[in-house]
Amino acid sequence: MAEQISISSWIIPVVMAAVFLHGLINNVRVFEVFTQGAQEGLQLAVKLVPYLLGIYVAVSIFRESGAVDLMVKVLNPVIRLLEIPADALFLSIVRTLSGPAALSMMVEIFDTYGPDSYIGRLASTLMGSTDTTFYIIAIYFGSVGIKKTRYAVPVGIMADFASLLASVYIVKRLFE
Amino acid sequence: MNWIFAFLILGGILAAAWNGKLDSITPAALEAAKTAIERAISLMGVVGFWLGIAKVAEESGLIDSISRFIAPLFRWLFPSIPKGHPAMGSILMNLSANMLGFGNAATPFGLKAMKELQTLNPNPDTATEAMCTFLAINTSSVTLIPATIIALRAAAGSKNPSEVLGAILFATTCSTMVAVVADYAFRLLYRKIERR
Repeated sequence: MAEQISISSWIIPVVMAAVFLHGLINNVRVFEVFTQGAQEGLQLAVKLVPYLLGIYVAVSIFRESGAVDLMVKVLNPVIRLLEIPADALFLSIVRTLSGPAALSMMVEIFDTYGPDSYIGRLASTLMGSTDTTFYIIAIYFGSVGIKKTRYAVPVGIMADFASLLASVYIVKRLFE
Repeated sequence: MNWIFAFLILGGILAAAWNGKLDSITPAALEAAKTAIERAISLMGVVGFWLGIAKVAEESGLIDSISRFIAPLFRWLFPSIPKGHPAMGSILMNLSANMLGFGNAATPFGLKAMKELQTLNPNPDTATEAMCTFLAINTSSVTLIPATIIALRAAAGSKNPSEVLGAILFATTCSTMVAVVADYAFRLLYRKIERR
């Protein structure tokens, strides 16, 4: 366990160093290029603000009202069977539709339960192992005018469901 | 997404009325709006920083090198793309950028890949097998370095933000394997159905 933690905290700094070193070797003006990229990132983050606002308000109304408890009661058989918390189930549905909305929801989960809680870790794992399946399928096929997507959607859903189950299993196994 | 959003707000307000908690909705909503903007500011730092690094990796040719490195791993998944066709290059660039957690650098490569795959398509309104395989791998997300998630965990005060790396690697490997197998099974199934 201890070894795994130390390796994983090394990865990001090593990647960062590798990127800058590789840039310098290839005569990239690293600072200027970095700032260009950061500029794009900031524009992206600004685009994200309305999503955050919408999700935070909607989720907080939903939580505060006690609707979550009602939903948990309704979904109880599913939650019992697969041992998936309602928040995680909901996050994995939103994740297939909108990246910014799912990201906002994950941050909201961190705020409510803490990033090192079971749900916090599960949300992180879910977000890291899935993608915005429906969005990608719509954008990618739409961009070239494809209307018949054949089996792309069922395959995407199966993969997402697999990563939901795998996330629950591995987070329980590693951290609980 | 519109339905989910409406469901959260309307469902929340209905449930609040049911539970007699209507008076706590307004302060909760306003407090959430305030928190959202605070989070947005820390998010700006994280996203700006990581995309800055992504840009350096793109410019220096690092993404290019990685895509050449992983080429043999993915080649066999796309038997219908002729050798040396530009579609394969774009697919690999897209997958490499995704692996490094540079999701936004990946999208332009992905769209380019679709355009090039379309040139191999005999029925322009129907997805080809290569397109379905590409999307299966792409949507199952082959992330090796989920930098945004780690940074957001750190921003939220996690004691060990990168502790989830192993779990993510496990889950993403499972889902990619399921995607590849399901894609293969569906491909054979559809060939049978469509031949009739």
